[in-house]
Amino acid sequence: MNKIAEKYADEIQKIIAKYPPEEKRSAVMSLLYIAQREDGHVSKQDISEIAEILEMTSTEVATLIGFYTLYYDKPGAKYRIQICNDLPCALRGADEFITKLCEKLGIQIGETTEDGLVSVEAVMCLAACDKAPMFQVQTGDGLEYHELQSVESTMELIEKWKAARDSQVS
Amino acid sequence: MSKYILLRHREIPDINKLDVYKKNGGFEAFRNAVTAMKPDEVTEIVKTSGLRGRGGAGFPTGLKWSFMDNNNWPHYVVANADESEPGTFKDREIMESNPFQFLEGVAISSYAVGANAAYVYCRGEFWQVAHYLDEKIAELEEAGLLGENLFGTDYSLRIYTHLGAGAYICGEETALLESMEGKRGQPRLRPPFPPSFGLYGKPTVVNNVETLTNVPLIITNGGQWYKDLGTEDTTGVKVFSLSGRVKEPGNYELPFGTTFRELIYEHGGGIIDDRPVRAIMAAGASSALIVADDKALDTPMDYASVRELNADLGSASIIVIDDTVSIDWVLNKTVHFFKHESCGKCTPCREGNYWMSHIIERIHDGEATQNDVELLHSVANQIQNKCLCALGEFSIQAVMTGIERFPQDFEAAVK
Ligand SMILES: Cc1cc2nc3c(=O)[nH]c(=O)nc-3n(C[C@H](O)[C@H](O)[C@H](O)COP(=O)(O)O)c2cc1C
Ligand code: SF4
Ligand code: FES
Repeated sequence: MNKIAEKYADEIQKIIAKYPPEEKRSAVMSLLYIAQREDGHVSKQDISEIAEILEMTSTEVATLIGFYTLYYDKPGAKYRIQICNDLPCALRGADEFITKLCEKLGIQIGETTEDGLVSVEAVMCLAACDKAPMFQVQTGDGLEYHELQSVESTMELIEKWKAARDSQVS
Repeated sequence: MSKYILLRHREIPDINKLDVYKKNGGFEAFRNAVTAMKPDEVTEIVKTSGLRGRGGAGFPTGLKWSFMDNNNWPHYVVANADESEPGTFKDREIMESNPFQFLEGVAISSYAVGANAAYVYCRGEFWQVAHYLDEKIAELEEAGLLGENLFGTDYSLRIYTHLGAGAYICGEETALLESMEGKRGQPRLRPPFPPSFGLYGKPTVVNNVETLTNVPLIITNGGQWYKDLGTEDTTGVKVFSLSGRVKEPGNYELPFGTTFRELIYEHGGGIIDDRPVRAIMAAGASSALIVADDKALDTPMDYASVRELNADLGSASIIVIDDTVSIDWVLNKTVHFFKHESCGKCTPCREGNYWMSHIIERIHDGEATQNDVELLHSVANQIQNKCLCALGEFSIQAVMTGIERFPQDFEAAVK
């Protein structure tokens, strides 16, 4: 049984239709995003299902996960805060921003908060260099830019996520 | 005369809405091309304009289109929206704020080279941008401006977005095509070049977002109109992404040939706290470091003039560095970037960047000697001219020129 193929049949058909019929393989990057939607990472099972749908080998699919930075083979935080500290942003205070935010959250760069809600990662240029400090937030379901941020504005955002999670739990 | 050719959203509110874009002449150039011009005539106008690629290499756009192999079909157009060079953020503004002009450029170029399918390859981080473009493309299909038998002719065109997933190297056009084919984004051996062997082995034009966004107004106003802007060798206008230690960073659309001084001081408001400017990187992190003396500041920003400073204009991503940071700190950042982004296909780039990052870290941490600085320079030297793609060359630009042009910073950093 192929769970991805069944659950997302229509969506997958639409994606494959963007490419010539004999070039289904071009859909693999979109399918990897779909696989990450539920739990933020691509499992072994996902890999073989995608391979089956696109008539690729599992190895061909798996090799992409290590190559591209936005795919993950292990579970991570629900919200990945990916802060740019590349040269232009660093010239506008990105490194200090990361240090202070990490202090506030009691974690180091690359770590996840104990409740599993947030991680802080340092990433390369995100094409928003005039709006530092800035970060993107990656979740299973997409990516969102937050520009001209401060530790306060970021903490407010995190509080909102906490509230959303707690209201879901109760 | 309007102020903008590319960033027209800054003077025309709501140009991101189709009716407003159309009221301002939108899709007339495409209609005119499809209904009244032969594909070659479109290419001729672009040749006359002198338009050169805005993705960094500056290759003449019309000439590239004329290289498409007409004995091999179908043809494709791929818009390069990978925009990952540190310091570059112009394509994102164009796509977010003036999306229809960009898409009309894609459409006209597709007609010019006989492509019935075009793709916009967006870096994975442009998730929101790609979804936004999908909406705009759907509107165009509904309005009959994309789809089958356009304007009652037998020309058909579909445009699709394709989302990457985080890899700077996918901006290199052949790596981009590999990535589109569902593989790891690693550059191909060239030749053959994409106009003879591109996407799925078919003739393909790859053009930068900004390049394509110029096209509608060139077709409307004529090649000569565009050629009269800018300089003789570098015609037209450019969106300069200005970042770093300036008071007002941002995108500035200006004619080629504007000086660094005008960009930094008149448009960018000068340096934060009115400190002295020390160094300029003109092509993002891939740049040589230019010593920001009076001569450099008064240099016009066109390809040839910047070359005279032993640097390149590239994608015109101007990073401004003042005296609050040292050059070894700058190199620590650029080397870290290239080490992370090397695709690993060739040894000099992969291993060289690995070694450079170790050495520069030691230097920056104050644990190195002058010998290490020389070693760093020699590792960079060994990478030169030995790589499959330009990333290898990019990775050593700042290293070599930083050590050569700012030796005092390294003397201060070592034991
Ligand atoms: C490492 C590397 C990264 C590149 N990144 C980009 C990019 O993000 N966007 C882009 O348009 N061109 C990029 N280029 C240049 C492309 O290979 C290609 O020359 C360009 O897309 C052609 O379009 P143009 O002629 O309109 O500039 C890159 C080149 C290299 C070597
Ligand atoms: S030069 Fe670097 S990025 Fe380019 S192909 Fe070689 S290893 Fe890959
Ligand atoms: S350097 Fe941070 S977005 Fe470009």
